[in-house]
Amino acid sequence: MQRNVLEYLEATAPRLPEKVAFHNGTDGLTFGQVSRAARGIGTFLAQKGLAREPVVVFMEKHPKSVAAFFGVVYSGCFYVPIDEEMPLYRVELIFQTLNPRAVLCDEKTRKAVEDLGYTGGLYDYETAASWEPDQPLLDGIRAGQLDTDPLYIVFTSGSTGVPKGVVACHRSVIDYIEQLSAALGFQEDTVFGNQTPLYFDACLKEIYPTIKFGATTYLIPKSLFLFPLKLVDYLNEHKINTVCWVVSALTMISGLGALKKKIPQYLHTVAFGSEVFPIRQFNLWREALPQAKFTNLYGPTEATGMSCFYHVDRDFMEGEAIPIGGPFPNTGILLLTEDNRPAGSDEVGEICIRGTCLTMGYYKMPEKTAECFVQNPLNDAYPELIYRTGDLGRYNDRGELVFVSRKDYQIKHMGHRVELQEIEAAAATHPEVAAACAAFDKEKDRIQLYYTGGAESGELTAFLKSRLPRYMIPNRLERLDRLPLTPNGKIDRKALAAGRIPAGV
Amino acid sequence: MEELLSILREIHPDVDFETCTTLIDDQILDSIDIVTLVAEIGDAFDVEVPPEALVPENFNSAKALWAMIQQLDEG
Repeated sequence: MQRNVLEYLEATAPRLPEKVAFHNGTDGLTFGQVSRAARGIGTFLAQKGLAREPVVVFMEKHPKSVAAFFGVVYSGCFYVPIDEEMPLYRVELIFQTLNPRAVLCDEKTRKAVEDLGYTGGLYDYETAASWEPDQPLLDGIRAGQLDTDPLYIVFTSGSTGVPKGVVACHRSVIDYIEQLSAALGFQEDTVFGNQTPLYFDACLKEIYPTIKFGATTYLIPKSLFLFPLKLVDYLNEHKINTVCWVVSALTMISGLGALKKKIPQYLHTVAFGSEVFPIRQFNLWREALPQAKFTNLYGPTEATGMSCFYHVDRDFMEGEAIPIGGPFPNTGILLLTEDNRPAGSDEVGEICIRGTCLTMGYYKMPEKTAECFVQNPLNDAYPELIYRTGDLGRYNDRGELVFVSRKDYQIKHMGHRVELQEIEAAAATHPEVAAACAAFDKEKDRIQLYYTGGAESGELTAFLKSRLPRYMIPNRLERLDRLPLTPNGKIDRKALAAGRIPAGV
Repeated sequence: MEELLSILREIHPDVDFETCTTLIDDQILDSIDIVTLVAEIGDAFDVEVPPEALVPENFNSAKALWAMIQQLDEG
């Protein structure tokens, strides 16, 4: 039985040593090179005395960062991807949670880590990757590793302003990759075009099937997602046939009219998720690629990537929602009402997940973990955890699960999960902001921030850019004399979301 | 031009659009900004921005954007 994700690489690298595994259009690494670099890094880190602890990979998005992930796993540690574009303030918060003893960096990121005042081991990728592998040492580490040991930690938005680190183990990732690959038909000739950043679980969809099947992943430069025709050219140039993108990346191409000019001619598998796909845009894609398979994916980071899928098998009209379908095999979905009974037909309930896919919870946050990883309320006989997603869903008359809304103030913006309260918490730390409320305009996919106090909007935007990731920066800021309140004195979010602003401003 | 500047300022109030010539190169504009800009330019100036016009050179500065709008308006 497979116990470690590296077994994928160890089966593929000797079989296809010269084949390109990861490439960005300029630089690439073959399976042989990935394997060599990863074993070098693993040996290097183990010889520094690191074991069973988080190692931060703070590098620009590059094939080398993927090799660094595997290297950390070889050392018996778990990787924590940090992006060069993350604001330093946020990186600092993450470092406070992790207190890491080792960070892998590249030329571009070394200074940023030094600026943090980080005093632990800061190691250059090149040094570690070219280290001579000590195979007996690596074999000994492997013999002691369990499939329930952590593989990675990825950080997601937290409503208190502190990002939460979701810890996932090997077994959950193996389970996910096996089920996802079967559902989407990945194989050796799959050529992935990766869009999502490497610091989220979203990139598992490309990284692990690539080493499992000996496929190839192109890490598409982010700048191409601004210019649709250039992006389509890139897909065609590299014969990319499979994409698992957030909806906003797909609608950028269709919405700006690019599909009328050029078609991604090799594309046969299009998986999307994390957001509602506007049907008009979706239909432009289906018309452009009538032979392609379209699959809607749904799932929270806390259940290791995606939990449910739906292969589009019929036409959708504007105003209809594409279902999220049903769970992957070996994943269970419970739809629970507020009083914890299974929702009846057409009744709305909270989507709860059980199975091997459940991650281990939030790193060093036992209370937060206990809030949403809870005993299955339908089982009083033995311990069984479920994850409460906070997403509300219902079954349609075809028995397919449909997403309805959120229970709280979490939104999906540009494919990213954002807690509106985290934006408010960041704004409130500005000395000249008295109160702040963030609202989301779903139609326009825009975050609006309303605030009171003396801060100028330009200055406040600049301040927020130093604290929050790009996708959390409000698209509009508006200073008000006062925020609207509900009868019991809370900020009236509904009024703000609907654009109802108090008079006398 | 003033109308274009006010559209840009709405999107990024912290950026000096009169002098900045690296809106794309320095990643000041992201993909959602491009989508927003194309829609708002379309509304404000009654032009349709075709996908061929979506190139970094046209979006690096307010001046370049303005030149693009005028060209589209003539064509």
